[in-house]
Amino acid sequence: MKKWIKSLGLLALLLMVATACSTEAPGSSSDDSSKESEGSDNDTVKIGLSLSTLNNPFFVSLRDGAEAAAKEAGFKLLTSDAQNDSATQVSDIEDLLQQNIDVLLVNPTDSAAIVSAIESANNAGVPVITVDRSADGGEVVSHIASDNVAGGEMAGEFIAEQLGGKGNVVELEGIPGASATRERGKGFHNVIDSIEGIEVVAKQSANFDRAEGLTVMENILQSTDDIDAVFAHNDEMALGAVQALEANNLLEDVTVVGFDGTDDARAAIAEGRMDATIAQQPGLIGEKAIETAGKVANGESVKEFIPVELQLVTE
Amino acid sequence: MKQTLMSNFSKLGPLIGLLLIMIILSILSDNFLTVDNLLNLLRQISINALIAFGMTFVILTGGIDLSVGSILAFGSALTAGMLASGMDPLLAVLIGLLAGFAMGALNGLVITKGKVAPFIATLATMTVFRGATLVYTEGRPITGLSNSFTFEMIGGGYVFGIPFPAILMLVVFVILFFILRNTVFGRQVYSVGGNEEASILSGIKADRVKIWVYSLTGMLSVLGGIILTSRLNSAQPTAGTMYELDAIAAVVLGGTSLAGGRGRIAGTLVGALIIGVLDNGLNLLNVSSFYQQIVKGGVILLAVLLDRKSK
Repeated sequence: MKKWIKSLGLLALLLMVATACSTEAPGSSSDDSSKESEGSDNDTVKIGLSLSTLNNPFFVSLRDGAEAAAKEAGFKLLTSDAQNDSATQVSDIEDLLQQNIDVLLVNPTDSAAIVSAIESANNAGVPVITVDRSADGGEVVSHIASDNVAGGEMAGEFIAEQLGGKGNVVELEGIPGASATRERGKGFHNVIDSIEGIEVVAKQSANFDRAEGLTVMENILQSTDDIDAVFAHNDEMALGAVQALEANNLLEDVTVVGFDGTDDARAAIAEGRMDATIAQQPGLIGEKAIETAGKVANGESVKEFIPVELQLVTE
Repeated sequence: MKQTLMSNFSKLGPLIGLLLIMIILSILSDNFLTVDNLLNLLRQISINALIAFGMTFVILTGGIDLSVGSILAFGSALTAGMLASGMDPLLAVLIGLLAGFAMGALNGLVITKGKVAPFIATLATMTVFRGATLVYTEGRPITGLSNSFTFEMIGGGYVFGIPFPAILMLVVFVILFFILRNTVFGRQVYSVGGNEEASILSGIKADRVKIWVYSLTGMLSVLGGIILTSRLNSAQPTAGTMYELDAIAAVVLGGTSLAGGRGRIAGTLVGALIIGVLDNGLNLLNVSSFYQQIVKGGVILLAVLLDRKSK
């Protein structure tokens, strides 16, 4: 009898635990009350910006552009740096949400891994805008980025023109799976694959990193030095490739094209060590992000995709 | 009397440190000391804490395990791969945990039977397991996992409003606390780390103890990896990079001696909390991540220096 009661009690307890299980954050529906308790803070727009990394000049410029725009508009901007780690970024976003932000700007480390963090923001009733890299899921009100496919096409056209429609090209890819990698590569191949005389002889990832760009290029040069052009998915890798080519005395004959338009790349182009870069305007992206966040906070509707102009820089 | 006062102080030191940091942070930020944020914090530390619990056992035996981050990555990639191919979530998790156990056992075998210093052995397997992860994932994140409620629960679920990873961590803590304190195995762990030869002479199979300890750590690392995979709903080939350092830091902050034989798992929980509180609190204060690294490293240094002084 006693045993029977005991197991019944255990069953009841298990049932209670099971019904208490959920994958939705507790209190996510009662946000309005916490928002109101902010009191005097209510009139300033508070924007959270979660960046994938600040170890890359591109994102530093983006942050600077955002900071300047936020200052001018009188918004409060909270920035965090995930140091290229998806888990850190999820924590960063949770920490930003703890501070009752009005809008969340996210520059995802990984398009798939960011989804759960965006969903947390959705559950907390905070609108999300993605910046530079998109997300695979969750509710995102707007995406602000360069038109990477068009940029990749620009790079392809420039290389085709420089080579006169004939030659061997090396492609240094960015972080595998990242949208910038996919889109820049797609645009590039849209142009290059249609030209018969031009062949992509090597295609490898160097993770958007300068040091890796150097070693990957060195390795490629071990197998062939019959290269006419290099297209790197960002300037950091392009500059790494430049060093490898320089060490092998090949820089003169090879056209190197990067992407992003960082200060270092522009300097290298001015010195004649690099040929071109497809300049993104990270400062302008940051500025547009803040401008859009302001509109969203004021309840205005915004476009789903806000492209920011690219620019071919050759001198 | 003075002796016990001193030893009590060294036991409570980490806890006092944690409370001090928490008091300072709650003065500086209104958002720190809220129930929401503390639950958030518990979930954030769960992965590091689970790995650090295993690391406590390893360090108690006088060893070290640098491969935990790579084991985490391989285990989560393997589990994600099985899930993506439609396997039952519980079975996939179980196989993932077994793989973690096996990788840890391999570490233990190399260290004991191969007589390789733990630092070198796990440095090598760290690279091997990371390479295996990159081969298995082809360098790409694994996405498209099953939409199973069970699997989503592990990383993103709540029971009575408490994050599931936090509950998982606390349950594992209680079990390990009991094992270390009240079982023969627990005493053997201390004894092997305190004086290996004496423990062998008194009939303890030191090698077997060590192999078990590394296996346990491997399994706990994969458990952390499974939580991470569930939270991110994908497995990243670069997941867990440098996690060994946060785990070792948690153990050391908790007052466990790197020489082995002395320490407590409760201290490790406090150590993991200190690291988590720093990460979370400095984020809430909007401190740049560059300065955060300096502060984190500084706190670890300070803790070790204070520990030296009190001995």
